[in-house]
Amino acid sequence: MTPPTVSPAGLRLENIEKRYGSLYALRRVSLLVAPGDCVVLAGRNGSGKTTLLRIAARLVRPTSGSVSFFSSERDSDTENVKPGYVAHAAMAYDELTAEENLRLFARLQSTRQLETRVDTLLSEVGLGERRTSLVRTFSRGMRQRVAIACALLKEPGVLLLDEPATGLDPQGVAWLATTLRQLRDSGCTIIMSLHGESEISSLGTRAVRLEAGSLIADTRTGATFRTILTFADA
Amino acid sequence: MSLLPNTSVLLGKELRTEFRSRELLTTTIIFILIVIVLFSFTFDPTSDESRHFGSGLLWLAFLFAASLMLQPCFLREQHNDTLSALRLSVSDPFAIFLAKLVANTLFLLITELLLLPIFSAMYNVPVLPVLHWLALVFFLGSLGISIVGTALSAISAQARMRELLLPLLMLPLLTPILVASTEVTKSLLERAPYVPWKGVGIVAVFDLVFLTVLWLFGEYLLEE
Amino acid sequence: MQKRALGAAVVVVLMVAAAYAGFFIAPDEKTMHVLQRIFYFHAATAWAGETAFAVCFLANLLYVWKRKEKWDWLGVSAAEVGLACITVVLITGPIWAKPAWGIYWTWDARLTSTLVLWLLYISYLVLRTMVEEPDRRALLSALFGIFAFIDVPIVFGAIRWWRTQHPAPVIMGGPGAGLEPTMKKVFFFSVLALHALMAFLVAERYRLEKLRAEVDVIRREAEAV
Repeated sequence: MTPPTVSPAGLRLENIEKRYGSLYALRRVSLLVAPGDCVVLAGRNGSGKTTLLRIAARLVRPTSGSVSFFSSERDSDTENVKPGYVAHAAMAYDELTAEENLRLFARLQSTRQLETRVDTLLSEVGLGERRTSLVRTFSRGMRQRVAIACALLKEPGVLLLDEPATGLDPQGVAWLATTLRQLRDSGCTIIMSLHGESEISSLGTRAVRLEAGSLIADTRTGATFRTILTFADA
Repeated sequence: MSLLPNTSVLLGKELRTEFRSRELLTTTIIFILIVIVLFSFTFDPTSDESRHFGSGLLWLAFLFAASLMLQPCFLREQHNDTLSALRLSVSDPFAIFLAKLVANTLFLLITELLLLPIFSAMYNVPVLPVLHWLALVFFLGSLGISIVGTALSAISAQARMRELLLPLLMLPLLTPILVASTEVTKSLLERAPYVPWKGVGIVAVFDLVFLTVLWLFGEYLLEE
Repeated sequence: MQKRALGAAVVVVLMVAAAYAGFFIAPDEKTMHVLQRIFYFHAATAWAGETAFAVCFLANLLYVWKRKEKWDWLGVSAAEVGLACITVVLITGPIWAKPAWGIYWTWDARLTSTLVLWLLYISYLVLRTMVEEPDRRALLSALFGIFAFIDVPIVFGAIRWWRTQHPAPVIMGGPGAGLEPTMKKVFFFSVLALHALMAFLVAERYRLEKLRAEVDVIRREAEAV
């Protein structure tokens, strides 16, 4: 995996609150992720992990609170930082090929040296041979590779992943772990939500736990990785 | 200003997708054809009667066809969450709407122009002498239907009973299009055809106003 | 409680006064006599309904901008009361038309446009029933409300033009109809009375919506325990 050429960005979430009617999905969540961190976001189903990640991706507007990105370099433009986002859905068009999807998003984002970048990404995620196949024909593992390729198109300083290991077979998980390790090591900031311990969770440099919309534990403030992750199944 | 480049990329995608499967076009054409045929049973389609009622029939058929054709517009973007992918990629969300409404106008126009000769033959109404004016009013009317329909399809995709809801929301809003376009078409199909410019003006104003409203409020329609 | 009772009393007084004025103070109209008096009620209610929709429009804009639920409450209240006013207009029109013209409906420009207006706001309310989540419902209906209100002048303009192409009888006071000075005073007093009624109903409906939202909060908290 070629390292991202932009400097990694940090993420600042301040007092994020998200209400759906009278239901609180997130209650005053504040989180500061330093550039280069690899944060594991743990929590039960319905604890607010997906909502938090979608707010960080700027797909969902919080009821109150702010989302901002920052960089160690003074000159970089962090106002319009759009993080890479990978969720369970493929976020690609079934009726287009892997290649066409990538080219579409690359053009929309005005990616430099488009064709080269698309080619490189396709081979890096291991879809070189299936590039002209329709995404409709892809397995779950391959769909995720498409999603990751699309997310990496913009060489994001921050990569957000929502339960990326779900539905993957052991080879898929191994590939994901390798890919994420390479990204982490080349300095990309990663925030990923997970269920319990796994090959993926061991990549984290920090872990936090969400419970009923509130941040209740953080390895920064003394909790251990293990307790944060295994809380989930308690 | 990446609005136009983004729009043309997305428009290319919309067109490529549709021309690959042609499902929207074929079903819309067949629907309008069925309506045209069924309508012939409701009155005696002599040439004069047809000139009188034909334009209303055409525009009603176009409106109903559009309210069906526009259903998948935003609904299909929920599949694989491609809407989120688009929102993360484009800098101006209006590009998403612009691309879709241009594509939808094109699809509507294609079906309308394909069915015009069939209507003309079945109902004995000559259209060749006024073809260019008809094309103009078809274009302006279809543009209005597309602008409103595309916007409302983003709303109905988030609601229940969307198959009934979209026509319910669209049809009252599109009253000016129906009224003015029918009147202009009727004047063009008369034995002594003429162009009622005020009617054309009303449709044009509608298009401009709603394009502006969509431009101002579009991003809120896409919010989660 | 006292404010509401006072408000209700004021509205009742104004309405009774307007009715009295309409029947006894306004002079007799030369062609239709007593029948014409329904005009004061019919036209004033139409104006009050249109004001209600304007309030709804402003509430919609404010909701999209500020996202405070009170604007959503105001929007739906104004829309419902406006719709009620318009329903009255659509009923009193034919009541007048039947004895005057012998038919209930003539597709005259203003009545037809009013019918479309009625359909637009019915759609607004139907949309609301089809979206369950309150914030979503508020945003989507506010956006549709904005579209609908902006459409209204175009609807009226288009139908009026259409009518010029196919002239037909005008139900109540076409462009040439003038009002004699006493009639004018009675009319504007009726407008005032109907606006007072409309404002009172909107306030009551708003209060109901607010209570409903509060009950919802309490219920959710109880369920969570």
